[in-house]
Amino acid sequence: MALKIVKGSIDRMFDKNLQDLVRGIRNHKEDEAKYISTCIDEIKQELKQDNIAVKANAVCKLTYLQMLGYDVSWAAFNIVEVMSSSKFTYKRIGYLAASQCFHESTDVIMLTTNQIRKDLSSPNQYDTGVALTGLSCFVTPDLARDLANDIMTLMSHTKPYIRKKAVLIMYKVFLKYPESLRPAFPRLKEKLEDPDPGVQSAAVNVICELARRNPKNYLSLAPLFFKLMTSSTNNWVLIKIIKLFGALTPLEPRLGKKLIEPLTNLIHRIYLFFSQILHHLSAITLVCFSWLIAFLFFITVLISLSSGMPNHSASIQLCVQKLRILIEDSDQNLKYLGLLAMSKILKTHPKSVQSHKDLILQCLDDKDESIRLRALDLLYGMVSKKNLMEIVKKLMLHVDKAEGTTYRDELLTKIIDICSQSNYQYITNFEWYISILVELTRLEGTRHGHLIASQMLDVAIRVKAIRVFAVAQMATLLDNAHMLTGNTQRNGICEVLYAAAWICGEFSEHLENPMETLEAMLRPKVATLPGHIQAVYVQNAAKLFATVLKSQEGNTDSTTAQEASQLMIDRLPLFVQSANLEVQERASCILQLVKYIQKLQQKDVEVSEEVCALFAGELNPVAPKAQKKVPIPDGLDLDAWINEPPSESESEDEQPKAIFSKEEPKHSRPRHTEVDEKELARRREARKQEQANNPFYIKASPSSQKVYQETPGVEHIPVVQIDLSVPLKVPGLPMSDQYVKLEEERRQKERAEKKKKDKKKRKEKRSGRGKKHDSGPESEEDITPAHMVDIVTEEMPENALPSDDDERDPADPHKALDIDLDKPLADSEKLPVRSHRAAEVLKSPAEDEEGENVSSLEPKKKSSKEKREKKKDKDKDRKVKMLFESGLSEAKSSKHKKKKQKREKEDKEKKKKKKHHHHHHHHGDKGGEESVQNGTVEEEEPLPAYDIQGNLQDGSQVVVSVIFENKCDSFLKSMEFNVLDSLNSKLQRPEGSGPHDSLTIPFQLPPGVSNEARFVFTVQSIIMPQKLKGTLTFIVKNEESSTHEKLDFKLHFTCTSYLITTPCYSDAFAKLLESGDLKSSSIRLEGVNMPFHHLLARICFHHHFSVVERIDSCASMYSRSIQGHHVCLLVKISSQTVSVDAKCDEPTLLGNVLDEIKQTFSQC
Amino acid sequence: MIKFLLMVNQQGQTRLSRYFEPVELNRRAAQEAAVVRCCLSRNKEQCSFVEYQDFKLVYRQYAALYVVVGVSHTENELSIFELIQNFVEVLDRYFSRVRLNQIMFHLDSVHIILDEMIQNGHIVETNKNRILAPLTAINKMADG
Repeated sequence: MALKIVKGSIDRMFDKNLQDLVRGIRNHKEDEAKYISTCIDEIKQELKQDNIAVKANAVCKLTYLQMLGYDVSWAAFNIVEVMSSSKFTYKRIGYLAASQCFHESTDVIMLTTNQIRKDLSSPNQYDTGVALTGLSCFVTPDLARDLANDIMTLMSHTKPYIRKKAVLIMYKVFLKYPESLRPAFPRLKEKLEDPDPGVQSAAVNVICELARRNPKNYLSLAPLFFKLMTSSTNNWVLIKIIKLFGALTPLEPRLGKKLIEPLTNLIHRIYLFFSQILHHLSAITLVCFSWLIAFLFFITVLISLSSGMPNHSASIQLCVQKLRILIEDSDQNLKYLGLLAMSKILKTHPKSVQSHKDLILQCLDDKDESIRLRALDLLYGMVSKKNLMEIVKKLMLHVDKAEGTTYRDELLTKIIDICSQSNYQYITNFEWYISILVELTRLEGTRHGHLIASQMLDVAIRVKAIRVFAVAQMATLLDNAHMLTGNTQRNGICEVLYAAAWICGEFSEHLENPMETLEAMLRPKVATLPGHIQAVYVQNAAKLFATVLKSQEGNTDSTTAQEASQLMIDRLPLFVQSANLEVQERASCILQLVKYIQKLQQKDVEVSEEVCALFAGELNPVAPKAQKKVPIPDGLDLDAWINEPPSESESEDEQPKAIFSKEEPKHSRPRHTEVDEKELARRREARKQEQANNPFYIKASPSSQKVYQETPGVEHIPVVQIDLSVPLKVPGLPMSDQYVKLEEERRQKERAEKKKKDKKKRKEKRSGRGKKHDSGPESEEDITPAHMVDIVTEEMPENALPSDDDERDPADPHKALDIDLDKPLADSEKLPVRSHRAAEVLKSPAEDEEGENVSSLEPKKKSSKEKREKKKDKDKDRKVKMLFESGLSEAKSSKHKKKKQKREKEDKEKKKKKKHHHHHHHHGDKGGEESVQNGTVEEEEPLPAYDIQGNLQDGSQVVVSVIFENKCDSFLKSMEFNVLDSLNSKLQRPEGSGPHDSLTIPFQLPPGVSNEARFVFTVQSIIMPQKLKGTLTFIVKNEESSTHEKLDFKLHFTCTSYLITTPCYSDAFAKLLESGDLKSSSIRLEGVNMPFHHLLARICFHHHFSVVERIDSCASMYSRSIQGHHVCLLVKISSQTVSVDAKCDEPTLLGNVLDEIKQTFSQC
Repeated sequence: MIKFLLMVNQQGQTRLSRYFEPVELNRRAAQEAAVVRCCLSRNKEQCSFVEYQDFKLVYRQYAALYVVVGVSHTENELSIFELIQNFVEVLDRYFSRVRLNQIMFHLDSVHIILDEMIQNGHIVETNKNRILAPLTAINKMADG
């Protein structure tokens, strides 16, 4: 039976493709989730099959399911398998799935490096294309580093399609691996002049995107872009370039002058075009979007021009007029775009937009929220001292009318933005502003309570003149706190009470009746507020108490003071029991303090002074960036440990403690849900008491009381008082409208007075007419603030560092790309060329000795052994690159002895077979030679060693390619390369030459130049690693002399370098293991402290293996030697021990490979 | 920069989605639903541009198909608006009168078209012939 089911499902799975899945999902509307879960089970089955077509089909379906929101990360490894299929149709599916499902933290990405590299170098341009496109979706810093060089090569591909894609992906590579920008930039620059327009526009795209963020580094490209701008006919490219110039001109004023002419032409061209079209079209419809595009393009041009250019006010005026037509149009899209363009013009030409205020205000009434929001944006830039009150009044009306909290919240923030912009520049009357803020508190359900609160605090602290008024307002607010808290929906707004309480407390000397406010702050209802607000209440109640005592000082009748103490003592216990630690702590401190004071009072001791001293001193506003700008004093190292960090074992011991203390600091914003039973009971009690005391409370009928007790969950919803949701006037609060009227009157009066004065003046002095503002509408400067307002600036630390206001978001990836591109490339700046990942090669002592044994003229070499292969590459030759660098400089005084700086980098590659080239790098450290001169020893710093990469061609040949780099200031010529042949490996020499003859290198090296030469080696047996010693001789020639020099090196052929990555499917793998031809061996690695996938990636990478299958912490891997030996590994990890069981048909080879693997891991 | 492109039907079911910035799966579903709801709830008298949290939505309706694009605030709305039109025209040409079914059944082709038009979240190609050229070549290759 079960078999039947299995069989049936197997039958089905073969013919269910994406179409069937889509249809199936559609036919199972009722139980979609169930259907999909069976589908996923089927897909899991399919993925277990060895047939790649079935797998690809499964992955294709997974891509669809992923799109529907199902998690398919479990199939990541299968996706990689499909990606590595040799058939394009499947590969494409794999890459598509990868681009959809992979992201930076997907760990299997590490395994794809070599696959992607292979695809990038594929002869089929669509393989390359699909790899590039996929890569742009999931590139990680590691991939970017490893592949940067390959992609850079592709930028010069013969096919424009590939060039274009490569240029575009470079942008992502720069973002992930900023070091690549400088080495790659020259080539990117070349692409600006690519014959193919697609490539060209891609390059413009990338460079403009980079330059937009860091314009100053791209100034040197201005001439090139200038040329492009005058020659290009592609509008999008033009827009990009013009935008770029917009960013560049402020940095280089001369540019602006140069640009005038071509841009004027351009404007003229477009202007003609668009005025013609406009002429023919009476009604603009969406159909003629090309018109619109041209028009908006025109505006873009104008705006970018205006930053560094002479005025185009006439054309701007015209633009604005045309925009008005757009905005008045009935088509909503046009209206939106018109407003958008208008807001762009507003930034540079506020004056020309301001005259259309009526239109903008009209748009606020639009039924479409998007349009209203755009109009709001415009308003922000249109306010002036003169019209601020009027505009805000309009907005307040809208607030009242607005439906939907989002829009209302948006209005609220806009009002506050508009008013507070540029340090309250446009506010002439702060009393008005405070009353606006107070009015805003009546908004229901706003999320922006704390925004209002922070504005209140800011104004009260910074505008000293307003404090009396503000305190009075806040006291009223506190008194009417129930209006704000009465409705649970209004919870966001209760933040305002925080500000109110603090202002009343801090500036309590301005309070008319502190006693009343004190009473208001200690009402039992306060206990329902969020904890952080209660804490402020308690603290400020203490401040108020101090003020009350002070006001009663010297008063013979001490009843008021005593009443105050009694009030505190009566009410504070409520807070002492608070669940919030902050509230509790403050309340109990203050309670004890007041009890003590009461005792003193009863003995008629004057205490007010001492109590006031508790809160003496003024708090000044501190600028938000002040802390950052404090200069670091000399000799202070912020990175140094103050105490050495405890060792790990210690911290483990302390763990229980840590857990305990972790639980503590959660008290800052407790939620009501944390309240325990006891607390609930207490609150219930308190509430009952409160209800009893509250004459307005409608007592629940007995029956409802029962229900109430049966549902404890509802209990912390404050019992509803009669809620009048109609906007109530908070009694006693003045309305902002009154201020508008008052202000108007005041201004009129002022104007009248001024006129009088002016008249007088004119009488006195006729020449006084020159005064700017004697007639006509009042100008900005005329409006005097209602109060003499002193806006306290926020404090900055003394000797603050010079402002760096353009600080960007540290998370912005472009920050890392702020790189000087004009500096010549340094030697160290190379894209990693498939090299050893690290130069931190371990040096075995034996080798060091070896190095030192070489005569002092030869640079020391280290590390032949430690070449580690970094990348597995499949089908390339093996080259040995030898980066040879010799810096020779003659010592000034002694001629016979030279101080030489030689470095050599050898990159070796071995290879067999003819066609493929595979890089193999060795890093060889060469200490420079030592030379004793005047008693000093100069030693060359070790170089990053040499790299190997290898690959197979035929079973007996290895090609070694060597890069020679001249690092000195002299000319190198007559270079000859020789290697001491061993029995096993021989350097192939031209026919007719003897077995020990040197090969002449067919080039010379001027200073600073590098070049590459290749040598072919014949290898007999590959089962043992070996080293070949060699010598390079050359002539160093400089102005004075030429000397003969010699450099020894070693080429190291590891067994690993004879392996080539070969994919293997699990069925073939299983057969291989079963065949019984293989000998086995195993090693154990202790203390490997890395995640398993890293471990696998490392083996793949360094030793040219590929993963066949991975199940949890166990994986099988495969590789093949150039002579066809199979090498199979089974890697398991448990805790920190890795066991590698290996099988191979050649035990010696296996032993050596395992040794090399072991060494790789002993080094990390 | 373009953050994502969605194709949804009138019932709000996603027919194609493409993200140019990785979004966490759980969040994505919720966000997608909210975005789609936001667009579908708008009537024809409202404009095609909506502000949604920290990004903007540009959408167009073609019969039962909605194309919704989420972009960052720096992106030009009009160019995206035109991109959608262009994209649909390309699909129309490729499928010779596109229907929703075709989009679903040939997801990979649609994705290739998108890849040609948008990379790194930026518009990179608008010419219809150039967009379709690789796809036709690939199809030929797969057939042959």
